Amino acid sequence: MSTPKTEVWSSRFGVILAVAGSAVGLGNFLRFPGLAAQYGGASFMIAYFISLLLLGIPIGWAEWTMGRMGGQRGFHSSPGIFYAIVKHPVGKYLGLMGFIIPVVVYMYYVYIEAWCLGYALNAATGTFSAPGADAGAFFTRFTGANQDGVALHFGLQDVGIFVVAVYFINFFFIYKGISKGIEIVCKWAMPLLILIAFIILARVLTLGTPDPAKPEQNVLNGLGFMWNPQDIMTGLKNPQLWLAAAGQIFFSLSVGFGAVITYASYLTRKDDVVLSGLTAASCNEFCEVGLGGLITVPAAFVFLGAAGIIGQGTFALGFNVLPQVFAKMPFGADFFATIFYLLLFLAAITSSLSMLQPGIAFFEEGFGLGRKASIGFLAFMTAIGTGIVWWFSKDLKALDTIDFWIGTVMIFVQGLVLAGVYAWYIGIDKAWEETHQGAEMRIPGFYKKVLVYISPSFLGIVLVMFILKNVFGWNFSFADPQFNPTSYVTDLVGPNHNDVARGSFLFMVIVVVFVAYLINLAAKNWDKKQGGTNP
Amino acid sequence: MTTGGWITMILSVGFVTTLFCWCCYKVLTGKPQDHELGHIEPVHRDQIDER
Repeated sequence: MSTPKTEVWSSRFGVILAVAGSAVGLGNFLRFPGLAAQYGGASFMIAYFISLLLLGIPIGWAEWTMGRMGGQRGFHSSPGIFYAIVKHPVGKYLGLMGFIIPVVVYMYYVYIEAWCLGYALNAATGTFSAPGADAGAFFTRFTGANQDGVALHFGLQDVGIFVVAVYFINFFFIYKGISKGIEIVCKWAMPLLILIAFIILARVLTLGTPDPAKPEQNVLNGLGFMWNPQDIMTGLKNPQLWLAAAGQIFFSLSVGFGAVITYASYLTRKDDVVLSGLTAASCNEFCEVGLGGLITVPAAFVFLGAAGIIGQGTFALGFNVLPQVFAKMPFGADFFATIFYLLLFLAAITSSLSMLQPGIAFFEEGFGLGRKASIGFLAFMTAIGTGIVWWFSKDLKALDTIDFWIGTVMIFVQGLVLAGVYAWYIGIDKAWEETHQGAEMRIPGFYKKVLVYISPSFLGIVLVMFILKNVFGWNFSFADPQFNPTSYVTDLVGPNHNDVARGSFLFMVIVVVFVAYLINLAAKNWDKKQGGTNP
Repeated sequence: MTTGGWITMILSVGFVTTLFCWCCYKVLTGKPQDHELGHIEPVHRDQIDER
């Protein structure tokens, strides 16, 4: 008896756009421009493109290849794929992070996605351009950043109704399946996103000098603030610049996130992964550098000057600074603000959809659940996490804690696992041959060495530096090293601990243990199906 | 905007735009798919060879 084929990727562009949609997110338009401006244009871009060529693209190829390998053996979730590839009892647990990362990140990402939708609607109704509008106060109240529990309201100027709407939209499309849900959304959302970005770009580049009293605040100086090179060699000697550039590439391309490996598992052995992987990565880079790099920071500079941008984080730039920028924009302030937040919402929803499929695939293949039951279980699981982030919103502490440990540290670790299994466990010669099955282009031969030595070493160094800086608070000095543990440590241990951070960390531990237990159960089912144990 | 700024911007934006356009061209002019691209439901053992 054969299982009817109920769903298919309907086109090659569908899978490429789905992977690109997964990668293109808020960071493309908010985080990248801020980093490039902060670290001085040229030197940052050199480190950025080196990281792209040595880290992002090759490890991406490894993830596409391993996903397709797992799919050929009947597995579509990260634990299942590692179970099939790594013939060791520990193998299945190597895929644990590929389940946890997308599911847990979804729990808070959907909350941020709700901000985007909420901001779009509020921009459309003129909230930000109204006389006396205070974008900072609006952000604090809307997100509940001033007090726990206050974000649980459901008016137009509250986040609640948008959280519910975004949850419904995501699960509606994920219920429709891959071709009728994810693929349809990405096929419409990605071109629309690029079109909106071009419209906003055209507006930003024609701003000229909006305030004659401040002639230095013009669009050319705005572009210069973003791109003018500072001392390139000094910049390249700064380890923090490399950490920022490599981290941006890694997170922007969604490598090690768990989504690409699942999406690629629905390909056949005859399908190309080399050109498809490169196309998805290039689409993300085009959105990030070609569009994001020309919009956000120059626009903010023109209206607020350098002082309004320097030191702003991703959220502050996107949801505090930019509403003020759009409010001052002549001709169609509300229109441009609305379509900009719609753009962010589209970028976010194509990413959040990719976070759900890995979880659904695991429940389907691990426990034989139908799609409805899998979606129901996943919705219940993620609702608990979103509820925690939503309620404990003061200083966005729960969101920040989970984002740091799961959405940042764990992704680095999973990337290392992917690179190691591909080049060292499967073996570079076999893996290389596997990658080129059905390939429409050859990867240059030197990438073999890159995949074996450079990518894992590079990523390992970045991970160690990241931990030293963001956990132990290293001052990046070898001559006079100093360590001042950051809030990610002091929130958890010591006299100044934070109860919400501790609770969030405990929640993550519970999720990890619970998922490990589920993987253990699923592996027993897979062993039974295969008529023995996985050696 | 200094000359260095122009060069940095044009090289960066030009590189990613060219790469993206080249990839799209290669995908659009590549060999057409002679089969369905993939499956969402787990495939039975007797279908593995078809994949």
